[in-house]
Amino acid sequence: MSALLSVQDLAIRIGAATPVDGVSFDVSEAEMLGIVGESGSGKSLTLRAILKLLPRQAAVSGRIEWAGKNLVGQSEGAIRKLRGRQIAMVFQEPMTALDPVLTIGLQITESLREHLGLRGQAADRRAVELLDLVGIPDARRRLQNYPHEFSGGMRQRVMIAIALAGEPKLLLADEPTTALDVTIQDQILKLLLRLRDELHMSVILVTHDLGIVAGTCERVAVLYAGRIMETGPVYDIFRKPAHAYTLGLMRSVPEQLQARQPLRSIPGAPPDPGRMPPGCRFAPRCSLAVTECAVPPPLVSVGDGHRSACIRADAVRVASQVPA
Amino acid sequence: MSGALLVADDLERGFRVRRGLGSALRGGPPPMVRALNGVSLHIERGETLAVVGESGCGKSTLARALVRLIALDAGQIMFDGDDVRTLRGEALRRYNRRVQMIFQDPYGSLNPRMTVGQMLEEALRVHRLVPPADRPARVAELLSLVRLPADAAHRQPHEFSGGQRQRIAIARALSVQPELLIADEIVSALDVSVQAQILNLLLDLQERLGLAILFVSHDLRVVRHLAHRVAVMYLGRVVELGPAAQVFDAPRHPYTQALLRAAPTMQPPEPGTHAVIKAALAGELPSPLAIPSGCPFHPRCPAAFDRCTREVPRIHMSPGGHLATCHLLDGL
Repeated sequence: MSALLSVQDLAIRIGAATPVDGVSFDVSEAEMLGIVGESGSGKSLTLRAILKLLPRQAAVSGRIEWAGKNLVGQSEGAIRKLRGRQIAMVFQEPMTALDPVLTIGLQITESLREHLGLRGQAADRRAVELLDLVGIPDARRRLQNYPHEFSGGMRQRVMIAIALAGEPKLLLADEPTTALDVTIQDQILKLLLRLRDELHMSVILVTHDLGIVAGTCERVAVLYAGRIMETGPVYDIFRKPAHAYTLGLMRSVPEQLQARQPLRSIPGAPPDPGRMPPGCRFAPRCSLAVTECAVPPPLVSVGDGHRSACIRADAVRVASQVPA
Repeated sequence: MSGALLVADDLERGFRVRRGLGSALRGGPPPMVRALNGVSLHIERGETLAVVGESGCGKSTLARALVRLIALDAGQIMFDGDDVRTLRGEALRRYNRRVQMIFQDPYGSLNPRMTVGQMLEEALRVHRLVPPADRPARVAELLSLVRLPADAAHRQPHEFSGGQRQRIAIARALSVQPELLIADEIVSALDVSVQAQILNLLLDLQERLGLAILFVSHDLRVVRHLAHRVAVMYLGRVVELGPAAQVFDAPRHPYTQALLRAAPTMQPPEPGTHAVIKAALAGELPSPLAIPSGCPFHPRCPAAFDRCTREVPRIHMSPGGHLATCHLLDGL
């Protein structure tokens, strides 16, 4: 299947720092791709670069291919035509993305007019359908409500409804459940899965939580310090990680282990974006690092659709099969 | 319960809500949020008791009430034989030393103008624990206890990362040799690799110092790893409490069961199989201003029947000190 979106060698420079450096990935139709990483990994910047939502001083290079065009370097006007209509985005904190002084109904119909040219009763009818679709009960009455009258979970549903108004082919979701309680998080993730199936829409889900990736995504890209460490099918990566960072991240989650046993945590902290290590960016924290890690490792195939930028991939695989 | 360090009995606390003009004109009593609605639990010496629940369940109010940052409306807290709510003067100071609290955001609780060394010395001075001449040595000892470099004493909080600041907060809490640590979501804001370091530190400190820890968290994976016993709260009540292994492997309350199903796990579905699309629990937390009658969980409970809407379920005790409040347990 050909890719719907193809990102190649994306780099983002802000001043002297390069917080995203050579990131490549594809998204297929109706696919849920996870981008996972810790703070400072560049995962949110990567997502925002697709819709040109970066701060003015950020310089973007590389290719972002969408429908045969490279989005990098396109004018604001050209991207604006795409935004919401073909590619939509939802954020971690819906309250800052919703207008507090407009009713939800107005915010959805505004989006419908902008993207589909729907007005009047047709727009109202569609707005009710959209709220129904995202699971907001009593939709017709709720159109009259303001954002503050919704709970956090319901606001996120409203944000998703607004994002769906333009019938996008791709939804970018930036930590959409991080601020929510676990049962509500579960509801929103299940909603995204259902929408993906029903609307045949692709989703890029950015998260810091490997557990969310495991339950929601087919493929994942693991980001660290602005580079892809490992990417491939979620099942394969969780079963047989091929990068020392992925293994360290998995072992930091206190789940697979006997209770109260020390976790095999990753020592130290991620590098400062202005002072990245010269070779593998994870090497200074890596217990498997060797002198050859001082040269930047290429992202190479280690299995079907599975690629890793770790020259110690074999050693990682051996280590990952040893019970913790 | 002979070894219990702290016993909380039937704690109640309500918060009045500022009301709008409409409500004021209609009259009647101002609306009240019942944050704690008869909470009872105890903490043994040297154990970790985790309190889990979603926002609004009352877990942070409980933590703050135990260190007297929030006054209670009713109920009793006994700490090592003393009635905590009546403590005054020197006895209260002693309690404030023996029970230390750490918060989610260490930056908010560390003085930005003081060096780490000054902060740690201040705690020692206030509680007159160490003679002035010995304080620098004690500071160095504390820093090594939480695995910070010795030169950290001369630096200010802004020079540290989030995980290191949480280590500083832990060092300050430990400086006065507490017996009980109250930790409110202390790893929630940290990246998972840093979180793992802090969890290891807590496990190690507990083994070495014999500390009791009340660990408040919404993260079930962390709680399962750390806790000896777990209390699950919902709308101001403890709905299930017991040894961690029992609560996680054989949860008895439908709310606990749903929480565990909703929590992300590290087990992706087999290739070819489809991810589960049904949510573990429908609906949202009701307004704490209007707590449902009977069992507060009944509007969201998949197993609720008519009795649940009328009667508050009693506490069912099973072997091993595992209790749950659910009518379904009546016939068992």
